[in-house]
Amino acid sequence: MATVLSIYQALLKRWHTLTGHTFFWPSFMIAGLSFCVAINIYDFLDLYLQLILIYVGINIILTVSLNLINGYMGEFSVGHAGFMAVGAYLASLLTVHVFPVGASDFLFPLAILAGGLGAGLIGFLVAIPSFKTRGDYLAIVTLAFCMIVKSVLENIDAVGGPRGLLGMEKLTTLPWVFFWAALSVWVIRNLVYSNFGRGVLSIREDEIASDLMSVNTRQVKMIAFVVSSFFAGIAGGLFAHALQFINPRMFDIIKSTDILIMVYLGGIASISGSIVGAVIYTILLEILRPLGVWRMVFMPLMLVLLMIYRPHGILGLKEVRLFEPLRDLITEKRWRQKKKEAPDAAP
Amino acid sequence: MAYFFQQALNALQLGSIYALIALGYTMVYGILTMINFAHGDLFMVGAFFCFLLAVYLNLSFIPTLLLSMLGVAFLGVIIERMAYKPLRNAPRVSAIITALGVGLFLENFTLALSPYPKHIPALLTNTTWTVGSLSISSLQVIVILLSLILMLILDFVVQHTKAGMAMRAISWDKTIVPLMGVPVNKIISLTFAIGTGLGGAAGMMYGLAYPVIDPYMGIMVGWKAFISAVVGGIGNIRGAMIGGFILGGVEILVAAFFPSTYRDFVAFTLLLILLIFRPYGILGKPQPQKV
Repeated sequence: MATVLSIYQALLKRWHTLTGHTFFWPSFMIAGLSFCVAINIYDFLDLYLQLILIYVGINIILTVSLNLINGYMGEFSVGHAGFMAVGAYLASLLTVHVFPVGASDFLFPLAILAGGLGAGLIGFLVAIPSFKTRGDYLAIVTLAFCMIVKSVLENIDAVGGPRGLLGMEKLTTLPWVFFWAALSVWVIRNLVYSNFGRGVLSIREDEIASDLMSVNTRQVKMIAFVVSSFFAGIAGGLFAHALQFINPRMFDIIKSTDILIMVYLGGIASISGSIVGAVIYTILLEILRPLGVWRMVFMPLMLVLLMIYRPHGILGLKEVRLFEPLRDLITEKRWRQKKKEAPDAAP
Repeated sequence: MAYFFQQALNALQLGSIYALIALGYTMVYGILTMINFAHGDLFMVGAFFCFLLAVYLNLSFIPTLLLSMLGVAFLGVIIERMAYKPLRNAPRVSAIITALGVGLFLENFTLALSPYPKHIPALLTNTTWTVGSLSISSLQVIVILLSLILMLILDFVVQHTKAGMAMRAISWDKTIVPLMGVPVNKIISLTFAIGTGLGGAAGMMYGLAYPVIDPYMGIMVGWKAFISAVVGGIGNIRGAMIGGFILGGVEILVAAFFPSTYRDFVAFTLLLILLIFRPYGILGKPQPQKV
């Protein structure tokens, strides 16, 4: 038993020194991306499994971006599916109608980016009511926005109305999903640990106090909403080109609830939590597929139990060391060292 | 003109149903400052109880109404005891997520038990009176009158009984009131029972007015009732009644003069505009924030 424990501790120490190096993340990214490219080229993974991995990636983007508003900023936004719809429709319209036939393969990232930018612009508009209203009333504003997007899309005949839009090629591949998911995680993680991120956290703790401490709350809210909806739009574009068919009903309040569940399952205010939540939720839903309708009975039940026994989610308000900035870890290490040398002197 | 009155009558019917559901949201919010997102699904369960009682037990109108109200109220109290009570001191958001989870559970449980939409039999013989060019069905009159009666009873209970006084006291201050000997747990359960019971009654009336019911019908109606509660000022009982009638009126008027697919769009845009000018609802009071 003692040997097992010592081996475990040695491995843990090795792991910590490994992840503490600056080259860890770049090499991890390159390895992951080349693995995804290899899967895509040599096709050694079942297509069904590939599709699940694509959904996992898309859900990671959605969850991490919603966590910026609901977890770090402490607002309650229920309109994430609306931003996703904007991105999905914009990107699909571009690849189906605007881009020349045959060129959409190369222009696909541009379409996704345009979808993200469009959703970000809408996010800018939704951020304006958030200056004055908060809490439940902001939840209503985002909810109303989600419904408005859905009913506007249902009333425009050019995008298919309630019948939906089809004709997209299957352009969403595993490497692209990996790239966008990694990008969203990287951007939001860096935002959260930057000066701006401290402003976001201070809004969650106390908005008036942070205003008094000269945090520009309007600007912070604006940027948070724009970034979050930008990534929701990107996820929407990827989703549309993975499924090759979209209609307005896919982006209603039920989709928003799905994303909310992933956020709160993984844990609020935690990047690693969001990833864990998205992975667990997506894969569990697939594993439980043989249960049929009953899986949708057990999932909410699990969520309720989780909320009662772990109200912050699996990794709520915690962060895996990997995602913490290196300088924080170094500071912590030095502090521990000092404490070891002079136990009484350390504060 | 007759067309206008006809639509106004429809608006009253829809609005009274919205108001009954909105009351459940607003009562729970007033006493626990928690949004019970499962309420829309309890409304759906009410409609299904009504279906079961009417089809399998062949009950008539009044017993069906009372039994489905009782059943839904019982379910509401059980949900409160098992899911919400352990979270009373947890962060507010986890209570909201739990409520969403309970709602999903109710929807999918009902879906697993009855996958096909059900048709509620006509419990009342529907007679239509014609006044001038205006046609009034007895069903509409019953729905409107019954919900008005229920609302009056509720208003009396809240304003003039001891239990109602305790409810208002708890929503005023949660820390002092238990020290004054008010049984907080009992009062909260009672609030849940009344609120969800009204939702059950609304479910039955909705089922009589629009007879095809399915497990997902509670989502949209529930969110709209929630919006009515917010428009009236959440936590305010009279505000919820007013908000329900306003939303019902707006929806019917839009559907009367525009293509009916614009209904949600106009209703929600109006809601946004109202929230910009009166961010705390029509009867709500702005609460100053303390640092």
